[in-house]
Amino acid sequence: MLTAIVFLPLLVAVLLAAVPRCGDATARWVWVGAATIELALVGVVWAGYETPPPGELAFAERAAWIPGVGSSYHLGVDGLSLPLMAMTAVVFLACAVYALRERHRPRVQASLFLFLQSVCLGVFAAADLILFFVFFDLSIVGMYVVIAGWGHGDRARSALKFFLYTFLGSLALLTGFIGLYAAADPHTFDMPTLTAENPLAGRPLAGGVVLAAILIGLAVKTPTVPFHTWLPPAHTDAPAVGSAVLAGVLLKLGTYGFVRIAAPMLPQAWRGWAWVIVAVGVVSVLYGALVALAQTNLKRMIAYTSINHMGYVVLAVGVAGLVSVDTVEPRVVAVTGAVTQMVSHGLITAALFLLAGVLYERAGSYDLHAYGGLAAPAPAFAAFFAVGAFASLGLPAFSGFIAEFQVFAGSIATAPVTAVALLGILVTAALFLRAGQTLLTGPTAGCAKGFGDLRATELWSVGPLLALSLLIGVLPRPLLDLVEPAARTVVDLLGR
Amino acid sequence: MMRAELLLPEMLLAGGALVVLLGGSFTPRHRQWILRGVAAAVCGTVIITAAVALSAPANTAFDGTYAVDTGTGVARILAATGCLLVLALAGDELAGSARESEAYALLLFATAGAVLLAGATDLLALVVGFLLASIPLYALIGLAGAGAGAEAVLKTYLLGALFGILLLLGVTLLAGTTGTTAYADLAARLPDAPRSVVTAAVVAVIGGLMFKAGGFPAHFWVPDAAQGGTATAATFLTTVPKIGALLAVHRLAEVLPGSSNWPTVVATLAVASMLLGNLAAYWQTDVRRLLGWSTVSQVGYLLVPVVATGRSDLAQPSLLVYLAGYTVTNVAAFAVTAALPRHRGRTSWRGVAAAAPWLAAALVVALLGLVGTPPTAVFVGKLTAASAAWDGGYAWLAVVVFINSALSLFYYLRWLIPLYQPWAVAPPDRPGRWSTTVAVVAAVLSLAVGIAAGLVWRAAGG
Repeated sequence: MLTAIVFLPLLVAVLLAAVPRCGDATARWVWVGAATIELALVGVVWAGYETPPPGELAFAERAAWIPGVGSSYHLGVDGLSLPLMAMTAVVFLACAVYALRERHRPRVQASLFLFLQSVCLGVFAAADLILFFVFFDLSIVGMYVVIAGWGHGDRARSALKFFLYTFLGSLALLTGFIGLYAAADPHTFDMPTLTAENPLAGRPLAGGVVLAAILIGLAVKTPTVPFHTWLPPAHTDAPAVGSAVLAGVLLKLGTYGFVRIAAPMLPQAWRGWAWVIVAVGVVSVLYGALVALAQTNLKRMIAYTSINHMGYVVLAVGVAGLVSVDTVEPRVVAVTGAVTQMVSHGLITAALFLLAGVLYERAGSYDLHAYGGLAAPAPAFAAFFAVGAFASLGLPAFSGFIAEFQVFAGSIATAPVTAVALLGILVTAALFLRAGQTLLTGPTAGCAKGFGDLRATELWSVGPLLALSLLIGVLPRPLLDLVEPAARTVVDLLGR
Repeated sequence: MMRAELLLPEMLLAGGALVVLLGGSFTPRHRQWILRGVAAAVCGTVIITAAVALSAPANTAFDGTYAVDTGTGVARILAATGCLLVLALAGDELAGSARESEAYALLLFATAGAVLLAGATDLLALVVGFLLASIPLYALIGLAGAGAGAEAVLKTYLLGALFGILLLLGVTLLAGTTGTTAYADLAARLPDAPRSVVTAAVVAVIGGLMFKAGGFPAHFWVPDAAQGGTATAATFLTTVPKIGALLAVHRLAEVLPGSSNWPTVVATLAVASMLLGNLAAYWQTDVRRLLGWSTVSQVGYLLVPVVATGRSDLAQPSLLVYLAGYTVTNVAAFAVTAALPRHRGRTSWRGVAAAAPWLAAALVVALLGLVGTPPTAVFVGKLTAASAAWDGGYAWLAVVVFINSALSLFYYLRWLIPLYQPWAVAPPDRPGRWSTTVAVVAAVLSLAVGIAAGLVWRAAGG
């Protein structure tokens, strides 16, 4: 089942690339069709999912790949990966719908995004470090081509910067993986085995070095301060669907690595470095929010709020490492919040970036001050943007609130000093309100004159994303029931 | 014991070369393609016989001077595959040229030399292999004729002579201190030999072999030959001789005593080759020269598993898997340059993707493969090589490998980017058919070896 989910988009991508005669319209609809089937398949997995016992994965599939180096084709899902897979399927479907009006080489674009969907789902489903890395690295290549091929502005430079930065990070990650492999006895790259074995227990120096390599790799991808400088230019120059996937899905590959690999496999080193991770999280939260406040380019602003939102995740997983007996429950809450935040941020930021794409498509500018009073000519756009902004700043009844509330409830109960990160929410609220005000209210001026309202493809791509965020905000239980047992396992593993 | 029948693939190569050489003298120029077919048939037969022999237990021939084991078997297959691909590539460039059949004979001779280098377990056999692999190369590079080709062949010849003497010096020292040239006896006697002499000899022998491998400090000829020689020669000499030379270093490393510090020597050469190759490739504008420097850096990575020889079970299989990946990937990259021989400047590649999408795709796979992007074969090679080094106690070397891979990404991308831009002045040339086919086949092989790495690993004795 998981193999089908991971490789179906790749198969369709190859077919689309290999059949140049299929028309543009066909290609667009094939993409939408494939993305819909993917979502349905993930839905089937979700429906049939039963929480596996700790240390095991549901829907596991395993076959020999390179037995000589202890690497196998091993897939599986649990409460950490399944929500992210579902989110990935939703975001890619939204992008497929949004791109129905794409005019620049739609066949190749569809093929490329299906490839990206394959590798992103592959990262979440992988239960072998090498398999994880294969998909992780290919996601970088795919996104590079998206930015360089369909972007605008100084896209070649931004794409190159993105590639070099994240590739360097991925190699640091691979170095860390080899460290884990060499420490395990017998040598293996299998994730559940490594997690159970805790190979670097009792070797603080080696454990610290390996964790440092893995953390650098994941921190570049997430990104956290100070490894974030590739993100704003990459987003600014990427096409709307590219930005949505980059922020919605690719950033999660980094944060997912924290809860899947770094923390459970290196618990001792993680505990030793927990305060550093917490500090990086808090700095990312505050720095991301403050820099976002200073932006006048809408896309750069959303990009920096991504750094802020990923900061909450890093904060929460850092706090999970501050082990003491009486804080188990708060730490479970914090990790649950971190995973919820990954899902929530994926939905909301993808929606916001698609809306930013609408702005650029109509008027060719992301500059907030070039617009004014958009609410009059484009009421649907204004409503969606307002909803997206409120969801992003963590208003109750949206998924962002559920996530951030849990992150803070868990963090502050474990380490009260982390309350300082609450300032981030305040700043984010201010900047979204200000952006909404500049864009939407007042007399219609500048680029807003003659601005066409949302079209069907835009409504049906952005709308479901925001609706899902609202749904999670109102009815969080189904998601939390899925995540909580897995979060508890992570916290238990960290306590070893 | 003689057991000459064990050397059937080597005899086929040498005999085939003679047949092609003599046959060429009696064949009119417009029919010389027949000899290309003969040479290709020889390579195909070698691959088959070597594959059959691979399943037989390890053995030695000619009184223990030549090992017929997994290493030699894989080297035969790889060298013959490399030669076969190069022969196909020559269809565009050499067909109908004045020195066609001679070139094919030289290719077969040099392949035989590379295989001999890979299997030699006696210092004198090693020297024979070295010479047999070197001398045809001088002539091959010289086929390009005037200008840069002449400079390249002179440089190669002088360096070859110098490092050949160095190799002989090292062999003399080893033989003088131990009274034997057979590896089996060397392993027993070297621990008692004077340490300083052994160290000096090790430096000399490995340094000499670096000429064939095209690694630091004997790498100067590689970029010149890659740029100045014909595409056929450039592809061949950056691929096939490396297989022999690196296996020769590996075999030698198996018998050297740890007290001679050979791991330090090899690790130093590895780091120097990687760094120098990558840094020198940075601002190259001629794509063939860029690839030439890139092969220097690849030798650095290939030396990493050699460092772990005797300390990690992964060493030999990872070396062989990396060599397999390198052979097909490097041939793919050079074949792309052979398809468009007039496009030498990096910027002249603009618009190639639109005009020849398959060729461009092959180049993308090849260059990203050389960086070590999964799931290509070189990724598996780099991964297992770094794992072997870490496993053998050289964790820092694994880190150096990945830092260098990141460094190399930039110059490969600099070449890939123009491909996807619209052309500025004139549309690109029509790519050669043979070269394009070779490029695509080799790129597909590079992906296939990466995905089926488990099978390749088992064939490599892991």
